[in-house]
Amino acid sequence: MEHDSPKRGKLYLWLDERVGLSDFAKLAKKKEVPLHRHTFWYYFGGMTLFLFAIQVGTGILLLLYYRPSAGEAFESIQFIMTEVQFGWLVRSIHSWSANLMIFAMFVHLFSALLLNAYRRPREMTWLSGGGLLGLSLAFGFTGYLLPWNELAFFATRVGTEIPGVIPVVGPFVRRLLRGGNEVTGATLTRFYGVHVAILPALVTVVLGLHLFLVQKHGMSRPPSVEGSGEGKRSMPFFPNFFLRDLVGWLCALGVLAALAAYFPAELGKKADPFQPAPVGIKPEWYFMAMFQTLKLLPAHILGIEGELLGVLGFGIIGLILVAMPFLDRRAAPVKASSRLAVGFGLLLIVYSVVLTYLGYTMSAMK
Amino acid sequence: MANDETSLAVDHGRRNWLNWFLSTTAGAFLVSVTYPLSRYLVPPDVEESTAHTVTLALKPQEVKPNSGQIFRFGSQAGILVKDSNGELKAFSAVCTHLACIVQYRSDINQIWCACHNGHFDLNGRNVEGPPPKPLEQFVVNVRAEQIVVSKRG
Repeated sequence: MEHDSPKRGKLYLWLDERVGLSDFAKLAKKKEVPLHRHTFWYYFGGMTLFLFAIQVGTGILLLLYYRPSAGEAFESIQFIMTEVQFGWLVRSIHSWSANLMIFAMFVHLFSALLLNAYRRPREMTWLSGGGLLGLSLAFGFTGYLLPWNELAFFATRVGTEIPGVIPVVGPFVRRLLRGGNEVTGATLTRFYGVHVAILPALVTVVLGLHLFLVQKHGMSRPPSVEGSGEGKRSMPFFPNFFLRDLVGWLCALGVLAALAAYFPAELGKKADPFQPAPVGIKPEWYFMAMFQTLKLLPAHILGIEGELLGVLGFGIIGLILVAMPFLDRRAAPVKASSRLAVGFGLLLIVYSVVLTYLGYTMSAMK
Repeated sequence: MANDETSLAVDHGRRNWLNWFLSTTAGAFLVSVTYPLSRYLVPPDVEESTAHTVTLALKPQEVKPNSGQIFRFGSQAGILVKDSNGELKAFSAVCTHLACIVQYRSDINQIWCACHNGHFDLNGRNVEGPPPKPLEQFVVNVRAEQIVVSKRG
């Protein structure tokens, strides 16, 4: 092995002796990425990670000017958008990158679901991914309130009211989320703390576990590919796949810059608890399907309040998704894609797309 | 042999006792950390306004027929509506579905919630859309130049 390792400088050797750089090099060399007709979908995990890194960077920058109180939050964002040099760019990138990250994450989730990547021994990878999805949605929900504008205020009022419909524990959960009985400045402070400290700490742990497991097990080869005799071709992760990753990230950065420049994040009107909810109010697009479902459900279904049934439905869908590795016993030994996972995944995609479409196109006033 | 067994039994007893002691200590430590922590996270009760009546900063003749507006009732929002016949009515403005603030729509003579498209008639009844219950109705009294809204009962 000695002869094919390139000549290293003194600094490298010094560091290697103390930190063990060659161990990392060995690890990077060992990692292989399977090559087959679905290899494309492997890029979305790394893409999500890249966008998350942008969120961390821009989030830290926003912290330097943002003030988390009902009296000052809106004004401080106005200040960022109009007075701080490139403040509009930093905030717009933070807002757009959040959206793209959630999108990349959903693509990553559904590709892992449809290609049965959750099967043994990757159950914990799947579960930690589910945890990361939950944390990301929590990031989105708490971050949405921080500008303290009309839309954010009502989205939070509705969003925190939803767990309130759960019998027995509902009102307590709602109070815990809001930091009081109503959405007030106390809620803003609480959401701020959750958004910038609690969630980042949790993500660090769960993301660490997720990435460790991906390294430990390597990337999953879909059962449909294993059965089809496409062979066991693969590509070294470093540098071959990594360089392709970089190209993808560069494209994402380009899209991000264009979106931020041409469609900068809006601020709207400052929140006023004594004003009616604005006409055409809507949540972030990734909550749209749920929002529209709640809108369409009648007041009572078989004597049960519609929204309770809706919330119960969302809970069950989430539970099925998370428990997929344990429900889908067929995928474990059998080399064909599992019908349960594929059927459930496709159904969920179609439902979400249709309801989201309706959410954006149905008249708000009718 | 008998001697050995006794010493083993004694050892086990001591080990068990130590284990019990250690885990109780660890448990007590955990409780002494998690209890204050969980109490800290639950927000303290703040005095809610118990006001039963509110006098609006509005004169009756200033309110146009077929219009509605939001007013403060303690920490809650209320809605004052004057119907086409000139009768004043007041309700809680908090939608019974998911707690958005409702508004009056003069085009359909109904109280309407923009969040999930809930409709209420001018008696506060939930007539269309997802709201499961009617709006709480208040009593409106016009005394001289003042509008006084009070809770029922």
